[in-house]
Amino acid sequence: MKRILICGLALAVAACGGSKEGGEEAAPAAGAAASAALGGGSVTGHVAFSGAVPANPSIDMSAETVCKDKYPDAPVDPVVMVTDGKLGNVVVYVKSGLPDGQTYPVPSEGVELDQQGCLYHPRMMAVMAGQNLIIKNNDAVLHNIKALPTKNRPFNISQPTAGMSTTRTFTTPEEDIPVECNVHGWMHSNIMVLPHPFFATTGADGSFTIKGLPAGTYEIEARHEKLGSKTMSVTVPADAASTADFTFSATGA
Amino acid sequence: MTTTWQLCGAHRTIGALGAVAAIGMLAPLLGAQAPRGKAVYDKWCAECHGATGAGDGSSAAYMLPRPRDFTKGLYQIRTTASGELPTDADLLHVVTEGMPGTAMPDWKTRLNATERGDVVAYIKSMSSFFAGAAPKAISVGKAPSSSSESIAAGRAAYEKLECFKCHGQEGRGDGTSSPTLKDDYDHPIRAANLSQHWKFNGGATVEQIYTRLRTGLDGTPMPSFTDAMESEVVTDEQLWQVAQYVRSLGPEKDPVVREVVRAAQVEGALPTSPSDSAWAEVEAFWIPLVGQIILKPRWFAPTVDGVWVQALHDSKQLVMRVSWDDPSRSPDTPWDEWLGRIRQTMTAVDSIPIDAAQGPDRLTVQFPTKVTDDAERPYFLGGDSRRPVYAWRWTSTPDELQEGRMTGLGTFKAANSSEVTHAAVYDNGQWRLQFTRALVPRDTTTVPTFSVGTAIPVAFYAADGSSGEDEMRGAIGAWYAIYLDVPTPPRVYIAPAATMLLTAGLGVLVVASAQRRERSGRRSTKEES
Repeated sequence: MKRILICGLALAVAACGGSKEGGEEAAPAAGAAASAALGGGSVTGHVAFSGAVPANPSIDMSAETVCKDKYPDAPVDPVVMVTDGKLGNVVVYVKSGLPDGQTYPVPSEGVELDQQGCLYHPRMMAVMAGQNLIIKNNDAVLHNIKALPTKNRPFNISQPTAGMSTTRTFTTPEEDIPVECNVHGWMHSNIMVLPHPFFATTGADGSFTIKGLPAGTYEIEARHEKLGSKTMSVTVPADAASTADFTFSATGA
Repeated sequence: MTTTWQLCGAHRTIGALGAVAAIGMLAPLLGAQAPRGKAVYDKWCAECHGATGAGDGSSAAYMLPRPRDFTKGLYQIRTTASGELPTDADLLHVVTEGMPGTAMPDWKTRLNATERGDVVAYIKSMSSFFAGAAPKAISVGKAPSSSSESIAAGRAAYEKLECFKCHGQEGRGDGTSSPTLKDDYDHPIRAANLSQHWKFNGGATVEQIYTRLRTGLDGTPMPSFTDAMESEVVTDEQLWQVAQYVRSLGPEKDPVVREVVRAAQVEGALPTSPSDSAWAEVEAFWIPLVGQIILKPRWFAPTVDGVWVQALHDSKQLVMRVSWDDPSRSPDTPWDEWLGRIRQTMTAVDSIPIDAAQGPDRLTVQFPTKVTDDAERPYFLGGDSRRPVYAWRWTSTPDELQEGRMTGLGTFKAANSSEVTHAAVYDNGQWRLQFTRALVPRDTTTVPTFSVGTAIPVAFYAADGSSGEDEMRGAIGAWYAIYLDVPTPPRVYIAPAATMLLTAGLGVLVVASAQRRERSGRRSTKEES
């Protein structure tokens, strides 16, 4: 206790900084101004897939029966996940149109990356700089989670049991951070680190909602790991919902 | 966070003298100068690590693992948490001690402390990450004492944490995931062979192994287990026990290289297979092998780095067991992916394509065609046309041994003779191969006779088919010898003892007689006075 008091000087705190969750420290200072930057508008929509669905590669999980047994049929790597014409694992986010230099509050709720059946869910995701990335293991096997950023610091951590949860943050916006498991070489995910909280990832139903947008006209991008990206200009009136629907196809057209 | 507070508090309360000492400890680079370091770097480091530190020097393409890319600020051997920068002390340690198991030598004899400090300061300037706050080492306690119980507990934790997935059941780097392992540059990377601690990149003490478990090896598949510890999936004590278990997988000391393999003479039956329990009692000799980098295609990334050789004879037959670690039993489908990465990474060397199909594992044992004490040994790379070698060539698939002659590597010609028999077993990342041959062959004109009391020159060549190795790309050793022991006759022991007794007896007599003479002399002097 005595030590904490001695160290309680603001200067000392600054000197002692640089913790794992660097983003949390930055958030309160910018908080008041940043909160004001949020609005009541939203963009909702669906990502559809048209045409023939490309076959996904099969995965040989014979060496990992705990995971293999979770699949009734031979497991495949769901690179292109289409359900009833809707495309999952698409990150939809505001690419441009936000005022320069504006900062936004870091969402208190984290973004989850699940390991289930020796696959990552989702395979494509976004997180705001400083926001918690919550990595969960739902498999009763060892996974290691290796993130390979270039602008942020990397990490490589092990989760040897089911139910383990680990939190990490990225401090700097970065386009695409590959995430891989080396125990199961087929496991891949991609994380986009954004400077704002205006993003969503489509689930199996292809739907997404981006909330908290101030009024404005934005370039919205939908990005898929294999099928590329599509952009659309969307005008969001104050406190109102706008719609943006995207359609991908195997040819990329 | 507790650690940070305490550290910080400690700084504020220590006296001026303590502060100076603490700064010296926390800032080993005090006074180091990056510009001076550049001169050192350009002279000694750039050839491998590249002019700008991107790990792309002129020698880099020949190396596996590749030299470190300093521009990324990402380091394997650290005392800091996963993804953190290394401390200055960490960097100095690697420069000073080198990285065993890689091409990175130690620089403690070549560069003085100032030069090493300067070069570390310069390397740090290559990544902007070092501009931020100085990284902090994790706190590592002292190793608890190791016992058979703690090692057994370590084995249990090794199982629970599934270390075997990559490192294998016996720790030889042959786990089911090992063929898929790659580094951050998509180069193939081996799961460490935990039974060869002399090749541990970050050192082989229990503390160093424990630290690797806590920090992981950034840039490789090896993760940190700190989060697992903090989540109470594993305890700190268990991680120490894993470290103790890992250290127990290899011999206590680094293997010592000896020129001569001693083949003792036995009275009873010779071992009949490589799995014979009798082999456990036979002394094993370590013979190091290195990549064949003389003839094209050269090979700079050999899988096998040495063989353990044991031999016995009964005055009629010689049996020899050769054991070596190889994480793949070639050919083996899961290793296709591994071979693909090897081909991508190593084909640039000599521009001679590596076969896309996995070949067999190989072991070739070569002898001079005539064994005499004064004979000049043939060229160690399979002899030459002037002086060929007599060779035993074994392949894993088919499991076949051929006898023949070579006039250079890759020129094996099978002979009709079949003087030698063999048996091979593959067990958890290790081949064990037993050869049996009569000392006097049926064909004494073309096949060498092995005589008791003679040193028989022998050389080994090993290749791993799953890594693109073949009859040229592989691991080669220099000439060594097998000495067939002459049984020790009883007189060898009796004669020295008898000599000693005789000498001692004579000594006693001499002394006694001298003393007698002296006494009688004194007596006569007394009488005279």
